[in-house]
Amino acid sequence: MATSENTAPGSLLTADGTPLKVSLARSLRRSKLRGTLLVLPALLFLIIIFVVPIAQLLSRSVDDTMVNKALPRTFVAFESWDRQSLPEEAMFEAIFLDITTGEKYLIGKATTRMNYEKPGWRSLIKKSGRKFKKKIKGPPYRDAMIKIDKRWGDVAFWQTLGAMKDPQTLGYFLNAVDRQYDVNKHVIMKDKNVRVYVMLWWRTLLLSLIVTVGCLAMAYPVAHLLATLPLRYSNLLMICVLMPFWTSLLVRIVAWMVMLQNNGVVNSTLVWTGILDDQNRLPMMYNFTGTVIVMIQILLPFMILPIYSVMKTIPPSYMRAAQNLGAPPSLAFLKVYLPQTLPGVGAGVILVFIVAIGYYITPELVGGKDGQLIGNMIAYHMQKSLNWGLAAAMGTLLLAGILLLYWVYDRIVGIDNMRMN
Amino acid sequence: MALPAYATAPQRLWHYTYLAICAVVLFFLVMPLIAVIPLSFSKSPFLHFTPELLALDPDAFSLRWYRQMIGDCSDPGITTVCSDRWKDGAWNSLRIGIAATILATTLGILCALGLSRPHMPFRRSIMALMISPLIVPLIITASGLYFAFAKWQLVSTFTGMILAHTVLGLPFVVITVTATLVGFDTNLMKAAASLGGTPVRSFFKVQLPLITPGVISGALFAFITSFDEVVIVLFIGGQNQITLPRQMWSGIRQEISPTILAVATILVILSILLLTTVELLRRRSERLRGVSPG
Repeated sequence: MATSENTAPGSLLTADGTPLKVSLARSLRRSKLRGTLLVLPALLFLIIIFVVPIAQLLSRSVDDTMVNKALPRTFVAFESWDRQSLPEEAMFEAIFLDITTGEKYLIGKATTRMNYEKPGWRSLIKKSGRKFKKKIKGPPYRDAMIKIDKRWGDVAFWQTLGAMKDPQTLGYFLNAVDRQYDVNKHVIMKDKNVRVYVMLWWRTLLLSLIVTVGCLAMAYPVAHLLATLPLRYSNLLMICVLMPFWTSLLVRIVAWMVMLQNNGVVNSTLVWTGILDDQNRLPMMYNFTGTVIVMIQILLPFMILPIYSVMKTIPPSYMRAAQNLGAPPSLAFLKVYLPQTLPGVGAGVILVFIVAIGYYITPELVGGKDGQLIGNMIAYHMQKSLNWGLAAAMGTLLLAGILLLYWVYDRIVGIDNMRMN
Repeated sequence: MALPAYATAPQRLWHYTYLAICAVVLFFLVMPLIAVIPLSFSKSPFLHFTPELLALDPDAFSLRWYRQMIGDCSDPGITTVCSDRWKDGAWNSLRIGIAATILATTLGILCALGLSRPHMPFRRSIMALMISPLIVPLIITASGLYFAFAKWQLVSTFTGMILAHTVLGLPFVVITVTATLVGFDTNLMKAAASLGGTPVRSFFKVQLPLITPGVISGALFAFITSFDEVVIVLFIGGQNQITLPRQMWSGIRQEISPTILAVATILVILSILLLTTVELLRRRSERLRGVSPG
């Protein structure tokens, strides 16, 4: 048997003569490499199709290069302006050249952005783009421009350029919480009549809380029943819990429309039994109440299942022992049973809250006007108003909150313990 | 859980209240789904129970909404739009769902195998990342994919839809297969290797058959996620990718007709079938786990 010379005498060797330590390290390395290779395809796939797109979306929330790109000369001239009085001729010349020689498509996009800062920019530049070439043949530009549209003589318009000067902005984030920059880039509240988002954030939080508490209140007794019944019966009841879980979300929403609409099952039953007057049917659809009811039913299985799986592991003898030692059932429940179910409760609460806070479909379909949430506002700015920066800023805030909760969830429960059935 | 014979009157009262609460909650969970079924056989175009329907008058029932659903437009009494859209939608959903499931299952099994190895580095972080598509709100995923796919020219394509749905299905496969692998006895793989099996051959001959229940239930979850997905298709799907949920979405928003209830009924029945399948698989998996040594 060959021995390598640099090994200390007495160390263990494998059959081919390498020290055991080296051989083990090599095999460990190989095993790690193999594991990595197996994980790699899925990991790369997820990074390319999921992580990168979302990162790019989020980066839009601070991106503010559009106006800089469209009006390069203007921002050079802006540096030498005192920002108080009407700008000098040089700045007028700069913006005149930017508008008349720039790419139409670029300027069009930039004006949309400028309009967020001060409404009126878009129409001003559009009008100027049409008239400048026809009416202004050469310098001086200042008075000729003001003659075409007197907004060019308004310092307030020029001052808003200050907020768009830097290639990065926090403006969208400020907008997402009803704040904005003033002339000197100080943060101020928006006008009272355009404040909407703070209210929406609160409503989203409130609705998620109501849904979470509602789910918990309904799930706890059912989970207990499922965990303590003999297997034969509990399997049957489990089907009641899992059936909605497996049914299409839209089907469940349609079903609730049948139940909750004005002459739906619930209202008709109440009228038929005489509890409700025919004229006073309860409005339960297309409002906040409807959203809460539907979301509780949709998310209830997410609460029942984790609590159930924890309760299943608690031996019934504990409660009996507590009562044997003299505790009344209520005290035994509070001191012995409840604390043991808390991991399941925590898992369910965080899971339901995370899902509820980002909900979009249900509020969109059954929420009506006062059931709209942040998710719907993101969709609105993505698809209708095309204010993508604002949509991205709201998405970033939402995602940050959710990831924080996800991290807490991982700490408490461990994502490994996430089970599907 | 039965009540002991020595229970006092308040205890009895509480016990029956508790049972009543449970009954109400279970009723709340299942009732809406059951209410849909009789209405889908109604003759009237309204979404509520007419007196004739409640009196079980045979004339109040018909299959007209089912006929309309499959694209049979011969019924003159139906005024809502009648077309092959439902059939096309179901077909599109099926195609996208199956392709996404195959892709997600393949990637997911490989990933779960890697994550289940004893010395896997960064195991926890990778797992957290793999599960994150379940946690991130769909509206954010859809917005992100919209911009990315616009750049890669994948908007309004089947490829784009399949890739997006694969992302959503992947976590389910990873979770279920990893959970199944916990009960897998790795000595079996060593035995296979000692008998001369290559890693690939032992995987297909020994490991895969044993973890099949987990694989199938993961694949079913992935499929149902894709089959039920509406936000992503609203954002990146085009005219040719109108899926069943997309069709239902526009049905709910525009002209809510009992045809939707017919579709809903079929989907409810489908979900009961799927649920039964998964339940049977779970039991089989538990049995196998009991048999395997160690």
